[in-house]
Amino acid sequence: MIKKNKIKIKLNGKKIIIKAGSSLKDLILNLNIPLNKTAIELNEIIVDKKKIKNIILKKDDKIEIVHFIGGG
Amino acid sequence: MKIKDNFKIDNKIYKSRLIVGTGKYKNMKECAKAIKISGANIVTVAVRRVNISDKTKPLLMDFIDPKKITYLPNTAGCFNSKDALRTLRLAREIGGWNLVKLEVLGDKKNLFPDMIETLKSTEVLSKEGFKVMVYCNDDPLMSKRLENVGAVAIMPLASPIGSGLGIQNKINIKIIRLQTKIPVIVDAGIGDASDAAEAMELGCDGVLINTAIAKAKKPFLMAEAMKLAVQAGRKSYLSGRIKKNIFGAASSPKFGII
Repeated sequence: MIKKNKIKIKLNGKKIIIKAGSSLKDLILNLNIPLNKTAIELNEIIVDKKKIKNIILKKDDKIEIVHFIGGG
Repeated sequence: MKIKDNFKIDNKIYKSRLIVGTGKYKNMKECAKAIKISGANIVTVAVRRVNISDKTKPLLMDFIDPKKITYLPNTAGCFNSKDALRTLRLAREIGGWNLVKLEVLGDKKNLFPDMIETLKSTEVLSKEGFKVMVYCNDDPLMSKRLENVGAVAIMPLASPIGSGLGIQNKINIKIIRLQTKIPVIVDAGIGDASDAAEAMELGCDGVLINTAIAKAKKPFLMAEAMKLAVQAGRKSYLSGRIKKNIFGAASSPKFGII
C-alpha cells in the first residue's frame, strides 16, 4: 500500500515511490544526477531543464533521464 | 608533405578524416587513449538511460571532453523512425548541438539499415534543423535521395557493422562518391588499415571505425595504424595513381646498358 503522502512514478522503466508534491528538480537533486550532461523526458515529451523546478510530479508520470555513453 | 585539403562537414573544417566510435572498449580510459592516438576530431556516442542504481559509474563526458572532441550522437539500436527521432531530439537536449548520426536498423542479424525509415527520418530531422550524417546501404539511388532531403553526409556501409569484412562493393562506393556533392564517409565493416586506405583511395572523404580499433588485440597500435592508413589513402587518391597495365614497363632507362 502506498501511503497518502506518497506517489508512484516510473523512472527509466522502474517503478519508484516519491513524496507527493515533489518537483522534477527535487527528484533530480535526490538522485544526484549532473543536469548538464543529461536530457529529461516527462511522459515522452522533452523537458526544458530550466523549468524543472516548476514541474510537480503526478501519479504514474513516466520519466526518462538519458546521457551519452560509448557507442559506434 | 602538407597540402591544402580541407575536410568539411556542414561548413565546419575537421583536421582528421578518421571518425571513431566509442563503443566496445574495455573501459573509458582505454577508449579515451585510443581516440587520442587516432587523432580523430569526431567521435560517435550513444544515448542511453542513466544508471539510477549505480551512480558511481564514470561518465563518458568526464573522459572525453566535448569541447575538444566533437560528439556525434547516434541512434544505434533504433529499428524505426519514431525511436530514432526521439533519441536524437534527446541528444540535442543533452549537448545543444545539431550534428548527428542517423542509423535506423531493419535487420537484427546483419544490422542492415532500413532505408525507407532512414529516408523518412532524414527528412524530418533536416526540417527540424538537425545536420544529419546518414548510415545507409551502398545504394547509389538511395544515397541520392538522402542527399536530396537534406543529409549533410552520406555514410554507406562497407559491409555489416562490426564484421570486419572490408569494402564489399567498391563500384557502388565509387559511384556514390562520384555522384554526391556532400561528404561520403565509409561507415561499418572496416577490418584493418588496408580497408581504411582503400576507402580513401576510392575517393571517400572519410571513414568511421569502431570495432576494428576497439577489438584489435592492441587497440592503441591499431588506432595509429588507422590514422596513418586514412592519411596515406587520401594522399594516394589525391596523387593520381598510374594506369593499370597488364604488361611490364621497366623503371630503369634502356640506354647505357653495359
